[in-house]
Amino acid sequence: MNVMLRYLLEKEIKQFVRNSFLPKMVVMLPLMAMLIFPLIANFEIKNINLCVVDHDRSIQSQKLIQKIQSSGYFRITDVAESYQRAMLQVESNNSDMLLEIPVAFGKDIEQGTSTNVLIAANAVNGVKGGLGSSYLTAILQNFSVDIATKIQLPKAMPQGAGFSIIPRFWFNPTLNYKMFMIPALMIMVLAIVSGFLPAMNIVGEKESGTIEQMNVTPVGRFQFILAKLIPYWLVGFIALSIAVLVSRWVYGFKPQGSIVTVYLFASMFMLAFSGFGLVISNYAKTMQQAIFMILFFLLTFIFLSGFYTPINNMPQWGQVLSNFSPFKFIIQSVRLVYLKGCGFADMLPQFFALCGFAVFFNGWAVLSYRKKS
Amino acid sequence: MKQFAAFVKKEFRHILRDHWTMIILLVLPILMVILFGYGISTEVKNTRFAVLDPSRDVVTQGIVNKLATSEYFILGDYLTSESQIEQCFTHSNYGLVLVFGNRFGEQIMDPDGVQIQLIADGSDPNTASILTTYASSLISLYAKELSKEDEKALLISPQVKLLFNPSMKNSFNTVPGIMGVIIILICALMTSVSLTREKEHGTMEVLLVSPMRPFLIIFSKMIPYFCISLVNLSTILLLSHYMLGVPIVGSFGLVVLISLIYIFVSLALGLFISTVAEKQIVALLISGAGLMLPVVYLSGMMFPLESMPVALQWFANIIPAKWFIIAMRNVMIKGLGITSVLREIIILVGMGSLIVFASIKRFKIRLE
Repeated sequence: MNVMLRYLLEKEIKQFVRNSFLPKMVVMLPLMAMLIFPLIANFEIKNINLCVVDHDRSIQSQKLIQKIQSSGYFRITDVAESYQRAMLQVESNNSDMLLEIPVAFGKDIEQGTSTNVLIAANAVNGVKGGLGSSYLTAILQNFSVDIATKIQLPKAMPQGAGFSIIPRFWFNPTLNYKMFMIPALMIMVLAIVSGFLPAMNIVGEKESGTIEQMNVTPVGRFQFILAKLIPYWLVGFIALSIAVLVSRWVYGFKPQGSIVTVYLFASMFMLAFSGFGLVISNYAKTMQQAIFMILFFLLTFIFLSGFYTPINNMPQWGQVLSNFSPFKFIIQSVRLVYLKGCGFADMLPQFFALCGFAVFFNGWAVLSYRKKS
Repeated sequence: MKQFAAFVKKEFRHILRDHWTMIILLVLPILMVILFGYGISTEVKNTRFAVLDPSRDVVTQGIVNKLATSEYFILGDYLTSESQIEQCFTHSNYGLVLVFGNRFGEQIMDPDGVQIQLIADGSDPNTASILTTYASSLISLYAKELSKEDEKALLISPQVKLLFNPSMKNSFNTVPGIMGVIIILICALMTSVSLTREKEHGTMEVLLVSPMRPFLIIFSKMIPYFCISLVNLSTILLLSHYMLGVPIVGSFGLVVLISLIYIFVSLALGLFISTVAEKQIVALLISGAGLMLPVVYLSGMMFPLESMPVALQWFANIIPAKWFIIAMRNVMIKGLGITSVLREIIILVGMGSLIVFASIKRFKIRLE
């Protein structure tokens, strides 16, 4: 038994190393991904481009524009002459919002008469449009209160209700988006390496015909699959380590909890997902089919497992489906360890879920491998 | 010409013979559009929140109620001590904890006022800042109601118009992005094995001794996949419009034109990869894994391009998906005309021609 396994492993590893592309990919993919992609995401709504249509051009409207500019949220990209011109700016994506100040603005507010302004926001990205308008509205209200106090308008100050609302962000006080992205990227890289490669493996043998030679040997299904699994597990380890080292040295990102826990969970995940890759490889007839399948599942798992968008936002059926994805549990665990310092004991449910997936997928891989097609 | 037609017929036969791959090619986009259209949401809703409230008076209840009855929050537990807060974030998926001070209701009339702490789970900064903004505005609304502030006291009353997407539907933003990603990945994967498979199976030799010129061989390979992509495009557009409710405000013809150009670019990209790769596994990995990461992250589908460092924004310019998504958002959602997408169209046509030219150049007419 052991002898056969040893020889099979030797064959697999030799084949892997002989392929000039694969080892390079295993090293370069994590390296490139971790160097480039953590820099991208920044969902912060800052530097909203605002186009102002100022029909008044009084001291007061200038003050208002200054106040908006000094808030730091907005960048005044243009001062247009008319609403139509400003709309052109918004349509061409040069500005995200426009503010129209009416003719008698300065006079009206100095006299204490109420006046209207128009805010129009590009709401294709609904959240961005909504947040932008509420920021601008808040600035306007502040300005309104300032002026009202100055001219000593009665009922200017809100009576009582002196709330001060203090937001506190735990685990990531500076809201550094990299801390959110890096675990997700690490798992994604790991998934690509430990998912795509096994998925192509058995199908590749089918296409090149060497599977037939394998089928006439007395090798059992279990050893065959195990021999295919182990090298990819090792390869996944290498990819994960590269990712961890890059995030540590380049971004200074250290886990709050123990790195051993991270490796433990990641290993279980790799076992599970490689098993899944092998299942696909068993069923696919051509390599192209295999990669379509694994790509579909990878994208689906990634988007529907809380990697970038919270699971809470999904419709009910989506939330139920996410429980069938090993990705949900691994990303939860890795984030819990890295950002919140959880220990192994805190995450037993996730670990058992991952174990369950590993047993299920690998069992399926062994059972679905047919020597006679 | 007859030679060319014969080659095209051969390519069609190859594809039609492979039933399973055809099924995958036609069904996959449907599944992806449905899953991503419904699943991906950059909005934040239905977040569970907990409350630590030593006062338990009318005011605090009012605030908690205000949050609980909004569509953004769902009331979870009332905590009894500060030590429980961490548990909320580590063991349950609370997004926010509301902490009131002692004797809250009595102190609100004090000149110093009182504090409400909003403790958010900062591990997802995007959600955390949106949650605190929502919670703050709800609380401020409640404060206004409490002080019975007259609307007239506000000197400046802003009228807010949400352009193009007044109900702030999430799908308007994500669906053009999803279309862009699905089309480029599927098209590139389709064609990336075309020449490589011939090299691996040995039929390249036969192609090379035929009198067909390289560029005709390349075009003959693109045509059947172009037809399949047409079918995919129609299913994607139908699903987006009727199932996900995304409008096609602008000209439908323009939408189709831009999509066709983009499909051409994607197919050409796959073909270029297949001229470069010697083995199928390499071709598939480059177009599958290698293309997937840049397209998903740098196309503007999910992460807004304006928020990226300048170097990455420059890099994103070479990704065809970026231009397609901008053009689609302009025409489908904003309803603009051809002048607004002229830049994107020219860029896409340029990219396509460049890639095809590079493929023809790289096509080796001798077996190595």
